[in-house]
Amino acid sequence: MNTTLLRRSLREPRMRIGLVLTGLILLVIVVGPLIAPHAHSDIVGAPYAPSSATALLGTDYLGEDVLSRVLAGGQSIVWISFVGTLVGVTAGAVIGMTAAYSGGVMDELLMRAMDVLRAFPPLVLILLLMAMAGADTALMPLIVAIAWLPQVARVAYGAAREVVSREFVESAETLGAPRLRIVRREILPNVMTPLMVEFGLRLTWSIGVVTAMSFLGVGLQPPAADWGLMIKENYQGLALQPWGVVVPVLCVALFTFGTNLITEGFARTVARVSPQEGHS
Amino acid sequence: MDGSSSVARRLWLSRRLLLGVVVVLLVSVLVFLATQVLPGDPARAVLGHDATPERVAALRTELGLDRPILDQYFAWLGGVLSGDPGRSLVTQEQVSTLIGDRAVNSAVLVLVAAAIVVPLSVFVGAWAGRRRDRPVDRVVLVVTLGLTALPEFIIALLLVILFSTSVFPVLPGTVLLAPGQSPLSNAEQLVLPVVALVLGVLPYLARLVRGSVIDVYESEYVRTARLKGVPERVVLRRHVLRNALVPAIQGTSLALAYLTGGIVVIEQVFNYPGLGSALVDAVNNRDVPVIQLICLIFAACYVVFNLIGDVLTVYVTPRLRTAGR
Repeated sequence: MNTTLLRRSLREPRMRIGLVLTGLILLVIVVGPLIAPHAHSDIVGAPYAPSSATALLGTDYLGEDVLSRVLAGGQSIVWISFVGTLVGVTAGAVIGMTAAYSGGVMDELLMRAMDVLRAFPPLVLILLLMAMAGADTALMPLIVAIAWLPQVARVAYGAAREVVSREFVESAETLGAPRLRIVRREILPNVMTPLMVEFGLRLTWSIGVVTAMSFLGVGLQPPAADWGLMIKENYQGLALQPWGVVVPVLCVALFTFGTNLITEGFARTVARVSPQEGHS
Repeated sequence: MDGSSSVARRLWLSRRLLLGVVVVLLVSVLVFLATQVLPGDPARAVLGHDATPERVAALRTELGLDRPILDQYFAWLGGVLSGDPGRSLVTQEQVSTLIGDRAVNSAVLVLVAAAIVVPLSVFVGAWAGRRRDRPVDRVVLVVTLGLTALPEFIIALLLVILFSTSVFPVLPGTVLLAPGQSPLSNAEQLVLPVVALVLGVLPYLARLVRGSVIDVYESEYVRTARLKGVPERVVLRRHVLRNALVPAIQGTSLALAYLTGGIVVIEQVFNYPGLGSALVDAVNNRDVPVIQLICLIFAACYVVFNLIGDVLTVYVTPRLRTAGR
């Protein structure tokens, strides 16, 4: 069912534009480090030098080549936001579905715990957890995942709750089907579509949040090449040499634009196929 | 209204308030425990690396770090509630004086942004919803779609790049405030941070209002009213706007909650002296008492905004009044 949905959504113009944009940015991220004219931490000139033959986009606050750092600086954002979103959506789905299916004390316990996490604005929770983690890059995906946990759990809970009350789950239970199989065969397929939309939304937000973490100084640390960190480092020199900030900002903007269009395209297809599951 | 529904409503209200208090208390436990895990010894952090073990031990006793963790928690919570949340580990200032001004500055930023974005979203959303699928509506949809894709601090940076450095350098990109100076005393500085926050919230809120306006126009009673020949202006005033009140209230509480989180990174972009930038500094300096208090304030605001939104929604929606959730 989901593969047909995906194939149908390819006909959406939004989906196509989104795929092209995301593909372009991913191409830069994958091929970029190979074609970069300099190593990302080589000093190639004076700090904040204007563009020249050696540094096409000028140099940054230390005199490193902006172009080479842009080409090398997207990888961490991609893997941290992708892994963080995947873990967050999976764990949130498990929590939401468990609460919805078990009901009773388990339901109250899990969902009230989610309420406590939801009381924090996501970025505040991330800052608190990053302070604990001591700005450890390896823990960043986990922390992003925790920040999305409560919202995803609520979506999964709502979707699963509706399925649990339907007849076929009851009849499967009466027939004595094992619990895990009921969850896998009956509940998961029905929760899958909203979860896929959720994944797209959270991925877009994760890209923003991961960039923001580095911009705020709790993400990647120098001398790493990273778009968020580049914005932070070169922000003081914005009036002097704009490229060190402008190009990473545009890269992140195009990336989130792309992933958001893909999500919108998919959500519209879902809404068209089954009007009650979503709206544009 | 009859007696039983008012009792039910009061029961619902007290349950909801109680739940809010419990959530804030649990948040305080979480914040406290989280900061206990922080690497390093606060006493050593204050005294520096070359302090003698005796001085570190003495300061640990003074800060109460040698007591059982439960005692420490209650001492801290008592301090917060009585207005004495301790001293900053970095500047040795009282945390309350350190963040007093900043809390006011942040509140000004959030309230000014909310005062603009809520009416604007209701207007844009209702306008687009009335002209569903016409050019105006399509433009609104495309613009809001574009804006939702952009993280709010990317919007803020684009504004700075466009309006305070390169293209049209007309507005200040950083906020300079003397301690105690009101942010409203120099309104020009507030323009870009407020616009960034407004653009971050507008797309969600406008779409929410648009959706509910479309729902009302498609409803049975609006069709009936139109068939009876009720003028369009009256339909708009009597049915559409009244029913748009609920999403507007929920939207306002949503917007306030969202703005509360949004200021963290926006303040940093504009160097605005508020709670968000104070939190970022405290996290980078491992200043535990400041982290604790600001996280608690943010979470409490979030809970309160949601609570007010829920309560008002129930009070203005007749059919929800008794449906104890």
